[in-house]
Amino acid sequence: MKELVVISGKGGTGKTSIVASLATLAEKAVLADCDVDAADLHLVLEPTIKRREDFIGGKQAFIVEDNCIGCGRCARICKFEAIEEKALSNGSKGSVYRVDTISCEGCGVCVEFCPREAIEFNEVVNGQWFISDTRYGTMVHATLGIAQENSGKLVSLIRREAKEIAKKENQSLIIVDGSPGIGCPVIASITGADIVLVVTEPTLSGLHDLERVVELARGFDLSIVVAINKYDLNPDMSDKIEAYALQNDIEVVGKIHYDKSVTKAQINRESLIEHGDSLGSTDIKEMWKRLSKRLSE
Amino acid sequence: MTKKNIKIAVASGKGGTGKTTISTNLARAIAKNRRAAQYLDCDVEEPNGHIFLKPEIQKSKAVTIDVPEVDNEKCNGCGRCSDICQYNAIVSLKKVVVTFDQLCHSCGGCKLVCPTSAITDKAKEIGFVDIGVAKEIGFIQGRLNIGDIHTPPLIKEVKKAASSDSVIVIDAPPGTSCPVIEAIKDCDFVVLVTEPTPFGLNDLRLAVGMVRELKLPFAVVINRSDAGDDEVLKYCSKEKIDVALEIRDDIEIAKAYSKGEMIVDVAADYERGFIDLFDYIDKNIQLQEKLI
Repeated sequence: MKELVVISGKGGTGKTSIVASLATLAEKAVLADCDVDAADLHLVLEPTIKRREDFIGGKQAFIVEDNCIGCGRCARICKFEAIEEKALSNGSKGSVYRVDTISCEGCGVCVEFCPREAIEFNEVVNGQWFISDTRYGTMVHATLGIAQENSGKLVSLIRREAKEIAKKENQSLIIVDGSPGIGCPVIASITGADIVLVVTEPTLSGLHDLERVVELARGFDLSIVVAINKYDLNPDMSDKIEAYALQNDIEVVGKIHYDKSVTKAQINRESLIEHGDSLGSTDIKEMWKRLSKRLSE
Repeated sequence: MTKKNIKIAVASGKGGTGKTTISTNLARAIAKNRRAAQYLDCDVEEPNGHIFLKPEIQKSKAVTIDVPEVDNEKCNGCGRCSDICQYNAIVSLKKVVVTFDQLCHSCGGCKLVCPTSAITDKAKEIGFVDIGVAKEIGFIQGRLNIGDIHTPPLIKEVKKAASSDSVIVIDAPPGTSCPVIEAIKDCDFVVLVTEPTPFGLNDLRLAVGMVRELKLPFAVVINRSDAGDDEVLKYCSKEKIDVALEIRDDIEIAKAYSKGEMIVDVAADYERGFIDLFDYIDKNIQLQEKLI
């Protein structure tokens, strides 16, 4: 079983559109949307949800007002400035404390040191994750709650589930749609992957972000390949990216034309391959051949 | 009285919609035509504002966080440190205590519970804050060390480095989770940048949910506004969200972007749009001030 993870460093270079096309070309694979912050793959693959589970990422402190004596010890030891003083709800004199749920990182220090044991420490549901059927195979995906944390944990959970499913269904390929950046969800997406495909674009920002994300992946000793999306928008920059790849011994598996059909396909809820023949779809088919070869090595 | 040090965050659910383009051009338009302005690159994982603004960096400072250091001589192996840690960042084994700096949130819990004072703070470098000038505007950016995951604490330091006497334009990271929250909380206004596609709309909905949860005033900017469908416009009108600026799909802008050039430098007629965007935001903020 092989796991192909698609990331980009810079956002909006075309990760999800490319993943949808690769899913079409692979015909049978387990799909995982690990861009849990802004998941979009479901908009093209239109999954039918089979199983739905809560994602519990951590705990959160809650001060029971009736038990709070207003000593303020919790606010003094909180490193996240997540505890604020407030007037008593019943309008009488004096003040108590309250946890700002957006700033609270669930460390539990206030819970431990409250002299009145007035602080509850409960598990919080940070989102939901799903196992679904799509026209190209089983898909694992999720929604992170609004302003929630622990996206890295959720990414790890999705990848673990996708692997279990691939084993059970005897599938040989998992395709993972990753997130932009180089932070915790990205690290959680790429560790241990068989191939990391970095989708970039021929802009200075694209190259700059590519260099950072390649250095990150190198740190984890991963096999990296690059695709240059919309490469014809700035051929000089594309040459620079190719030169960078060559210098770093990275294969450029795809150079994809700028193609207005990409937006049309997205509006029709189709992958570019399903949308029909176009410059871009021909390029992606070429790329798939090279990727298949790498995956079978 | 006019509020001078207003903080405007430019965010988006989806990446690549044009946050950096909007925030750099907005900062420049404000500084040239209205008031003193600073640009803060809070997309510390992939900071790109410097490519366009080409700042002269005057000062770089390393940012550190506190992580625990254990003196195994003093440790009595009670295990209270690993019990309180919610992030598995400190594990008490039979004879030694092992720490994992990358998992640590610097809550200080282990140090507080340790009965033998065996734990002290150790500074761990997570990245840099660069401070400089880009022509008429102040420039500050954060750079996260590659392989580090402490994005929110670095963003906090970038924001602390700003001076309070001018308009602050914050270039936020993409998404809707902790790094974005850190970048936009305590801002006076949020500009949500999107594009008129199904992905753009889906991620805009998530971003709107986020700013509403944080109770921040906001408006939408549609980039490449004629390149997709009109679902984003319909959504904004249904939700009574102002569309403060639309920028059409222009190959000249795309080319300038690819080379690291500013829109307001290559196509001066776009500057008006950014000035109007600022006037709209400013009016909105002054109005809220009066209501308070």
